[in-house]
Amino acid sequence: MSDKKRVSRQRMEEQNPNVRIHNFKEVPLGFTEEQAIIEADRCLQCAKPLCVEGCPVFIDIPEFIKHIKEKNFREAIDTIKNFNILPAICGRVCPQEVQCEGKCVLGKRWEPIAIGALERFVADWERNNMIKSCPECMPPNSIKVAVIGCGPASITCAADLAKYGYDVTIFEAFHTGGGVLVYGIPEFRLPKAIVADEINTLTEMGVKIHYNAIIGKIYSIQDLRDMGFKAFFIGVGAGLPMFLKVPGLKLIGVLSANEFLTRANLMKAYSFPEYDTPINVGKIVTVIGGGNVALDSARTALRLGANKVIIVYRRSEKEMPARQEEYHHAKEEGIEFQFLTNPVRFIGDENDNVIQMECIRMELGEPDESGRRRPIPIENTEFIINTNTVIIAVGTRANPVLTKSTSDLKLNKWGYIETDEDGRTNIEDIFAGGDIVTGSATVISAMGAGRKAAIEINKYLQNKK
Amino acid sequence: MDLETPQIAKKAHAGNFIIIRINEKGERIPLTIADYDSILGTITIVFQVVGKTTTLLSHLNEGDDILDVAGPLGNAIHIKKYENPVVVIGGGIGIAPAYPQAKELKEAGNKILTIIGARTKKLLFWKDKMASVSEELVICTDDGSEGIKGVVTEPLRKIITEKKVSLVIAIGPLLMMKYVVLTTNGSSGLPKIDTMVSLNPIMIDGTGMCGGCRYLTNTGEVYFACVDGPDVDGHTVDFDNLIKRSMRYKEQEMKSIEHYEHECKAIEKLNKNKN
Repeated sequence: MSDKKRVSRQRMEEQNPNVRIHNFKEVPLGFTEEQAIIEADRCLQCAKPLCVEGCPVFIDIPEFIKHIKEKNFREAIDTIKNFNILPAICGRVCPQEVQCEGKCVLGKRWEPIAIGALERFVADWERNNMIKSCPECMPPNSIKVAVIGCGPASITCAADLAKYGYDVTIFEAFHTGGGVLVYGIPEFRLPKAIVADEINTLTEMGVKIHYNAIIGKIYSIQDLRDMGFKAFFIGVGAGLPMFLKVPGLKLIGVLSANEFLTRANLMKAYSFPEYDTPINVGKIVTVIGGGNVALDSARTALRLGANKVIIVYRRSEKEMPARQEEYHHAKEEGIEFQFLTNPVRFIGDENDNVIQMECIRMELGEPDESGRRRPIPIENTEFIINTNTVIIAVGTRANPVLTKSTSDLKLNKWGYIETDEDGRTNIEDIFAGGDIVTGSATVISAMGAGRKAAIEINKYLQNKK
Repeated sequence: MDLETPQIAKKAHAGNFIIIRINEKGERIPLTIADYDSILGTITIVFQVVGKTTTLLSHLNEGDDILDVAGPLGNAIHIKKYENPVVVIGGGIGIAPAYPQAKELKEAGNKILTIIGARTKKLLFWKDKMASVSEELVICTDDGSEGIKGVVTEPLRKIITEKKVSLVIAIGPLLMMKYVVLTTNGSSGLPKIDTMVSLNPIMIDGTGMCGGCRYLTNTGEVYFACVDGPDVDGHTVDFDNLIKRSMRYKEQEMKSIEHYEHECKAIEKLNKNKN
C-alpha cells in the first residue's frame, strides 16, 4: 500500500490550450502504453470493487485493469466488451467522476484510478492496431427486429440482438448513424471516425441500417409489422430544444445549441464554404446553460473564431451538471463563466440582430425535485452583457414525430415514453430506452437501457415461439 | 423535377415536404412536395435557383441520383368539406405546393377558387394543372404581361367582397402571405376568414431537433415549422420577423455561390490545359 500511494495518477498529454482553440482535433491525446501500465498498477484490486457498482453497465473494472497491468491488452478489451460495446466512446464521454472513479477507494485519500483513460487506452489500442474483433453472433434465426434511431441506446440494443441471432434493421432519420454522438458531441471531444468505426462494426455483425428513414413518416410501426418485423426498440433520443420564455427570442443570432452543434458537427460548417452549410459566430458569444451541451457549444464557438465566449448559468459552479474534465478544459481555453446568473431579455438592433442580453443575479434557495438548490432571482441586480450570438443550451423536450403516429403508445405528461425498468412499454412488441424514456441523460445510461431492452426483446420473442 | 422515391410517394399528402442533401458536402434543404404519384412511385418538386444547392439541383440530368432524400415530413393539411368555397392562392414558386392542396380539397368535394400570380408571364407555370382543379382561375402578374396587372390580394379582395368563403390558403413569398393575411384578418373592413399559410424557413433536420425553423406567434408562443407546420394559421404569424430571419445566412449564401463558381472555373481551366 505504501508503494502504491507514492505513484500519482497518470495524466494524459493534452493539446496546448493556445493551439487547440484554433483546431477541432481531440484535446487529450490518450495514455502511452507505459502510462497505462503504471496507472493500472495503482489499482488495489479490491475484493468488493465499488467502481463496478458505480458503472451503469457493471463492467468488471478490476479485471480489465489487471489485464492492462499484465500487458494483456487483448484480454483487457475483450473483458470490457462483454459489458460495453462502445469503450472508445465511453472512455471519452462518460462522467467517470460521478460513476466508477467517483467510487474508487483510492479517491478517498489520494486520487482515484483513471478508469476512463484506461478504457480509452485499450479501445484505441485495438482500433489503431486494426485488430478489432467482430463480436461473435449466434446462428441467424431470421426473426426480424426493428431498431428505431441510431444513437447509443439503439446501437447497443441492435448489437446485442444481432449477437442473439436476430435479423436486425436500424431506421435512422439522419443521413448518418450515431445520433447525439455525431450531431451533438464535437470532434475535439469525440472524433467522428471512432463513431463511424463502431457503426461499421454493427454492419459487420449483419445489422442493416436504413438512413433517411423517419419512422412515423415514411413507415408507421404498423407498416413495419406488416413488413414482418416482430419486435421494436424505440431509441430516438430527446428532441425539440427548449427555448427560454424571455422577450427577444425572435432575434437573429439567438439559436438553440442543437442547431449550433448540428451545423458545426454533423454538417461540418467549420469547413464552410468547402462544405455548404453555413454558421454564424459573433465576436462575443454567450451560451446559456451549465451542462455538457453548453460547454460543447462554448468551446465550438471559440474554435469557430469568437473573440470572447461567456457561459451564463443560473446555479453555481458546484451544481453544474457538465463533466469535470470539460469544465477544466473550458476554463483553460479562456471561456468566461457567469454563475448564479439568468437572462431576463435579449435586446436587438433595428434589424432584429441580437446585440445585448439583460441578466439578473441569482441566489440558491431550498432544494427542488432534482435535489439541487433552486435558483431565485435577486431583485434589482439586473445588468447588461454585450453579445452578438446567444446559444441556448437549457435542455430538450420529447420529440413527438414517432409517438404521434403511434397513438396507443403510453406517454408520460412530458411526452416521454412510459416503460418499466426493463424497457417494456404498454404495447407488447414495443420496447424503448434512452433519452426518449428518461429525458436528457448520459450516453452510458442510454446504452444500459438498450442492453436491458435487448434482453427483454429476446425473452419476449423466445416465449412467443 | 420528378424524383423516384416509391415509399415517399406512397405516403405523401398535400402539405408534406422532403429534405434533400445533394452530395457528401451538401447542405440539407427542405422542398415542398408539389405532386406525387403512388403508382409511378414519384414525387414532384419545383424549385427556384437561389443558392448553391438549387444550382446543383438544376444541373442534374434525367437518371442522376440525389444522395439523401428524407420524407414525407411535416403535417399534411387537414382535408374536409367546407360549407363555402376555398380560395387557393399560389404566388411565384408557391404555385407548385398550392396545387396538391387545391387538388386534395377538390377531391373532398370543395369548390376551389384559385388565384395564381407571378412577377411576369415567363414565371407562371402549371396554369392548366391549376385550372383542372379549380372552379375559377384568376391569373395576375406584376407587370401585366398576363392576366390582371397587379398583386394577388386585389382579386382576393374582390372574391371575398362578393362571396362567402370558408378558407383561404396562401402559399408564396413571405411578403405575399403577409398581405394576404392583412386582407383576411378582418382589419380592412372585409370579413375575417381563416387563412392557412405555408412556411418554408431554414431547416436542418426537419424533425424538430434543431429549432432553426422556429417561428413566434403574435402572442409570443414558440412553434417549429417542421413539426407544427409547415401549414399554419396565418393570423398568428409574425411575418416581419420571419422575413428578417429568412435573410440570416444571405451573406454566406453569396460566399458559397462565389466559392462554387470559382471552383467551376478552376476545373474548366484544368480541363482546357489538359486538352
